[in-house]
Amino acid sequence: MSERQGTTVIKGGRVVDATGERAADVLVQHGQILAVGPDLDGDAVIDAGGCIVAPGLVDLHSHLREPGKEEAETVETGARGAALGGYTAILAMPNTTPAIDSAGVVREVLELGASAPCDVHTSGAITVGRAGQQLAPMAEMAALGVRIFTDDGAGVQDNRLMRRAMEYASGLGVTLAQHCEDDALCGGGHMHEGAWSSRLGIPGQPAEAEELMVMRDIALARLTGARIHFQHLSTAGSVRMVAEAKAAGLLVTAEATPHHFTLTDACCASYDPVFKVNPPLRTDADVAAVKAALASGAIDAIATDHAPHTTEDKEQPFDEAPPGMLGLETALALALTELDLPIAQILALLSWRPAAILGIGHVHGGPVAEGAPANLCVIDPSATWVVDPVALASRSRNTPFAGRTLRGKVRHTLLHGEPVVLDGVAQR
Amino acid sequence: MKHLLSVDDLDGADRIDEVMRLTDAFVEVSARTIPRVPALRGKTVAWLFYEDSTRTRLSFETAAKRLSADTMNFSVSTSSVKKGESLRDTALTVEAMGVDAIVVRHGSAGAPHRIAQWVGATVINAGDGWHEHPTQALLDTYTIRDKLGGLAGRHIAIIGDIKHSRVARSDVLAFTAMGAEVTLVAPPTLLPPSLEGWPVRVSHNLDAVLPTVDVAYLLRMQRERMTEALLPSLREYTACYGLTTRRVDLMDDKAIVMHPGPMNRGVEISAEVADLPRSVIVDQVRNGVAVRMAVLYLLLGAGTDLVAPDQEPDRS
Repeated sequence: MSERQGTTVIKGGRVVDATGERAADVLVQHGQILAVGPDLDGDAVIDAGGCIVAPGLVDLHSHLREPGKEEAETVETGARGAALGGYTAILAMPNTTPAIDSAGVVREVLELGASAPCDVHTSGAITVGRAGQQLAPMAEMAALGVRIFTDDGAGVQDNRLMRRAMEYASGLGVTLAQHCEDDALCGGGHMHEGAWSSRLGIPGQPAEAEELMVMRDIALARLTGARIHFQHLSTAGSVRMVAEAKAAGLLVTAEATPHHFTLTDACCASYDPVFKVNPPLRTDADVAAVKAALASGAIDAIATDHAPHTTEDKEQPFDEAPPGMLGLETALALALTELDLPIAQILALLSWRPAAILGIGHVHGGPVAEGAPANLCVIDPSATWVVDPVALASRSRNTPFAGRTLRGKVRHTLLHGEPVVLDGVAQR
Repeated sequence: MKHLLSVDDLDGADRIDEVMRLTDAFVEVSARTIPRVPALRGKTVAWLFYEDSTRTRLSFETAAKRLSADTMNFSVSTSSVKKGESLRDTALTVEAMGVDAIVVRHGSAGAPHRIAQWVGATVINAGDGWHEHPTQALLDTYTIRDKLGGLAGRHIAIIGDIKHSRVARSDVLAFTAMGAEVTLVAPPTLLPPSLEGWPVRVSHNLDAVLPTVDVAYLLRMQRERMTEALLPSLREYTACYGLTTRRVDLMDDKAIVMHPGPMNRGVEISAEVADLPRSVIVDQVRNGVAVRMAVLYLLLGAGTDLVAPDQEPDRS
């Protein structure tokens, strides 16, 4: 009996992972998967009837706002929202105050994340203060486990500095992730430049401002052999170039956000800054291109770009409000609702492919099999729900999907075997 | 119609015509010895101006007073906005004073739209960023109608910095709704990035356009455009797009010249042209008061007698 002590069985679900699909119970003990198969029993039972049992989701792009902007989000509240969204690992972006550009701040964020209901990894800045002038101490951050470096919130503008960053990063075996945006071309822009921005009188950010930096970084990846990950791609042109770079054998990966495959710049006609985001919402043609790239695999991962902002900050005129939208609690349901793809492919985009990009595939996103870490989510794929900003775990309310009916709900999330979400309720 | 945020809120020619007819009545009122009617007695109109604007604010204020409305000026430069109050909190504060309408001027496109989403009062857009300035378009429409007898079939050239102009955006909507043909004349750098859906023609050659126009509408050229690499120099702009006496001679004898003010004499319009009889810039300003009376009456004055003389002694 003692070997069965402290076991939990996830019962009656359909397991979906990178190896395929099968009806099976999953028995968990001491943070590990003990067995996967029919008719398993355990001390505690988690009902998964009618549900998908999958590896936990992995987000490559979360703004947790701590340190510095705790009124909008903290590591803990962000991680709780992530757990409710089915995530077992998230990657914090470095545009905090101070920026995550040194071992000290990396350590602080990791410590804050140590007790969170989701594994919190952090990126590090490429340049000191994300100012684009001087390389940040990547080696000292890499020594603490940082595997992705980015100046997210801004792209590295200087060509020579980006080349050096790539060369330096390749020596450390880490990946650079780029927020692609040419500042000179988008300076002062607040939405996609096009028919809508022209009509609304809002200064625009042309698609070409993103595409120029994608083009440059592909050229520099060819020059340096470095590994580059493109963040939140939003234009048809970017998607096409990344697909070509992959075909040419470069070490290129890419992500897209749920809002870039669901919303367009027409949303900005309300002048509500809840629709202001960077990169901006684009056109129908761009949305179609992003969806096609998610289907073809040209884009490897869905990342949330979860960007909490306080209500006060969003209750400003469109051009004065900060860009960004919540994402962690709606990403999976938006993918299930809006993408016409098999569930395994959607989970690949949300779980095992981003886990591989982050280099944590041995802990998250791996096959649901005996001996694997029990980082799992249980999804009811047919449950429908209405997005209510007030009901979200985030400290902020800036979801552009308020009132939208979505299909697919996370029932349970297990982090290292511990049920951190049960029946849609956070346990801590 | 609750608010006037865009010319589109008027929903086409019929409602614009209604404003024009109301304006006729208020032009008559304005010509009286005591140019005042009681139509909006008991109503309060507040100004919420985030940008300096002497002429638009004075025009609205005169209009409201001639309709016997009470007015309230929320001066942003000395207010809590300077202390970091959000747009929403400011709007709710103004509304809490008990106002019926808020006239908003803001440097950000859409600020009046946001305020209209938060308050119960009527919101009138007195200019928002590059977006719109609907009462300017209505006074321009009224002036053209007054001078030329109507807009249908007329050819109007809007010349200059269209890209950054809220006047141009509203004028295009109003003029085309009234059946005019509009040509935008500007270098490509001063046009909006996309004109998809705009019922206009575009020209970069002013000399070629002028012989066919009934109205040459000039926009103010701002000096800071030079620093944004939009133009090589003001001198070159004037050479290509300035309305000089030579260019005026290309126009039909009956064609008129308009400008929303304030003018840069010697830049977009030469001093001589500004003072020609065909330049109706002062008429635009004069009509602005009557048009704004019409707009305030239309939005706030339902059920009251339009032009009854003010019988009560003026106690103010």
